[in-house]
Amino acid sequence: MSSDFDTAGSPATETLVVNAKESVRERRAAQIQRVGDHLKREWQLYIMLLPMVVWLIVFLYKPMYGLQIAFKDYSIFKGVANSPWIGFEHFQTLFSNDQFLRAVKNTLIISAYGLLFGFPVPILLALMFNEVLSQKFKKTTQTIVYLPHFISSVIIAGIVITAFSPSAGIVNTILGWFGVDSVYFLTRPEWFRPIFIGTGIWQEAGFQSIVYLAAIAGVSPTLYESAVVDGASRWQMMWKITLPSILPTIIIMLIIRIGNILEVSFEMIILLYQPATYSTADVVNTFIYRQGLQGGQYDFAAAAGLFNAVVAFILVMTANAISKRFSRTSLW
Amino acid sequence: MANMNLYSRGDKLFVITNMVLIGLFALSTLYPFIYITSLSMSAGFEARAGNVILTPVGFTLEAYSKVLSEPQFWISYKNTFIYTIFGTLMSLILIIPGAYALSRPQLYGRRFWNLMVAFTMWFHAGLIPFFLNMRDLGLLDSYFGIIIGFAVSGFNIILLRNFFEGIPQSFEEAARMDGANEFQVLWRVYVPLSKPAIATVALFCIVSRWNGFFWAMVLLQDEEKIPLQVYLRKVIAELSDDEEFATSLLNASYSVETVTASIIVCSIIPIVLIYPFLQKYFSKGILLGGVKE
Repeated sequence: MSSDFDTAGSPATETLVVNAKESVRERRAAQIQRVGDHLKREWQLYIMLLPMVVWLIVFLYKPMYGLQIAFKDYSIFKGVANSPWIGFEHFQTLFSNDQFLRAVKNTLIISAYGLLFGFPVPILLALMFNEVLSQKFKKTTQTIVYLPHFISSVIIAGIVITAFSPSAGIVNTILGWFGVDSVYFLTRPEWFRPIFIGTGIWQEAGFQSIVYLAAIAGVSPTLYESAVVDGASRWQMMWKITLPSILPTIIIMLIIRIGNILEVSFEMIILLYQPATYSTADVVNTFIYRQGLQGGQYDFAAAAGLFNAVVAFILVMTANAISKRFSRTSLW
Repeated sequence: MANMNLYSRGDKLFVITNMVLIGLFALSTLYPFIYITSLSMSAGFEARAGNVILTPVGFTLEAYSKVLSEPQFWISYKNTFIYTIFGTLMSLILIIPGAYALSRPQLYGRRFWNLMVAFTMWFHAGLIPFFLNMRDLGLLDSYFGIIIGFAVSGFNIILLRNFFEGIPQSFEEAARMDGANEFQVLWRVYVPLSKPAIATVALFCIVSRWNGFFWAMVLLQDEEKIPLQVYLRKVIAELSDDEEFATSLLNASYSVETVTASIIVCSIIPIVLIYPFLQKYFSKGILLGGVKE
C-alpha cells in the first residue's frame, strides 16, 4: 500500500505520509512488542496446543491436500505432488459408472429408511421410560437397552450372521416351526436392508433415547401438576405435555440426522454384505473401499470420496445453520 | 413424575402396558446375547441342527478350549490390549493439554484454533487420502501407526474444552498466587476438577479402541499385529464361507457355530466388565459434547 502514497505529490501530503508511515511502523512495533510479551508470558499454552495441532495437520489436513489426486492420474511412484493433472476425468467416469450411481442410490435409500423407521424409536422409548414408576425396573431396563451400543460391529455382525444362518440360525429354526422353508437371508438382496436397518435400531435406539430423556428431565413439573388438577390421564399428559415439550430436541436431532444422510455405517455393511447382495447393499463408502483400497484405483476412488465429502459438508453446514436459527443453539 | 398417584383405572392399565412393552423391548435386546452364550456352550451337532433356542443343549466347553488353545487368539487379544491402553493414553496426552489451551481466553487466534478443530468434524478427506497418507508416513503394519493415527477426535477435544470452560476462574487463583505455571495449573487444578469429563473421554477412547475394526483390517497385514476384532472377523468369514472346512470341523463336541459364539463371548466379556463405568459416564458425555449454548 505504501507505493500509492509515495506518488501522492505535494510536500504537505509528503509529511503526512511520513507521519502516517511512522505511526504504522510504531504501531507495528508496539504490536510485535505486545505479541512478544504475550508469548513470553503465555508460551506454555502454545506448547500445550502444539502437539494436538501438529496431529491435526499431519493426520487430517495433509490428507485433504492429498485429495488432489482426484484430479490427477495418480501413480504410486510419482507420489501425490508429481502425478500429472487430468482435470475432471475421474468425475466423468464416475458419473457414467453404474455401480457408483447405484451406490449413491443405495446410500440415500438406506439412510431414508433408517430415518423413517429408526428415528421415532428412541423418542418412543424415552417417552415410555419416563412413564415407568418403579425406579429399579427403569434402571435395569435402561442398563440392558444401552448395552448393544458398546458392542463392536464385528460382534454384532457375527451375531446376525449366526442368527440368520440357513442351517443352524435361530431365525430359520423359528420359521421352521411355522412350516416356512429355510431362507439364506444374507444372500437375498431384498432382505439386506431390513436386516441392516433392524440391526441398527436394535443396537442404537436405546442409547439414542438418552438425549430425549435428558430433554424430558428438563420439563417443568408445574405443567404436570396443573394437568393433574384438570383431571388429565397419564396417557394425555404424555402426548400433550411431554411430547410437545421435547419437540425442539426432536427437531434438532432430526436436522442432524438429515444433515448426516450420507453417513451410513459402512463398516457394518462391509461385514454383512456379499457380492450376491451388492445390488441393494453397496453404498458410496463400500464402493470406495472396494475400488480404492481393494482394487488399487486410488485416484478414481478418491474422486468418489471427494464428491461424497463435499455433499456431506454442504448438508451438515446447512443443518447446522438451520438448527442454529431454530433453537439459537449451535451444535458445536 | 415417578411419585405421582394413579388416579384412574385407565392410568393403571397404561402404566402396566407400558411396563410390559418396555420389558419386552429389553428382553429382545438381551436375547441375542443369551442365545450366543448358550450356543457357545452347546454341543456342536445340536448347534448345527438348530436345536439351541434359549439354554445350552448338550452342555460342553469344548468350543472354548478350542478357541483358547489357538495361539492367534491370544496374540490378537494381547494386541487389542496394547492398542486400547496405549491408544487411550496417547489420546489423553494430546487432547487434555490441547483442550485446556483452547479453553483459555488469553490464547491468541483462539477462534482460528477452534475452527481448525471443528472443521475436521464437518469435512473428512475420506478413506483413500487417509490411507495413502498413512502409507507415505510409513505407518502401515505398525503398532505405532494404529496408536497415533486415531488418537485425536474433534468431538473429544470439544467435549473437554467445554468442560474446562465451565470451571470458574476462581478455582485457579490460589495456585496462581503460589506462582504455578500453566502446566501446574492444568495438572493441579483443572485435571482433578474435570475427572468426570476426562473419564468420559477416556472411556470413549477405550470403547472405540476395543471395538476398532475397519482401519486395523486395512492397515495391518501382519497377523502378529492384528487386534481381536480383525481376528474375529477372519474366523467368522472363514467359517461361514468355507462349507468344506465347516464340515471338517464338525464333530460331536464343537462346530462352526459354537466356536464363533465362544470367540464372541470372549471378546464381549471385558466390555461387560467395564460396563457399569461406561453407563455412568457415557450418558453425561454425549450431552456434554453435543449441544453447547
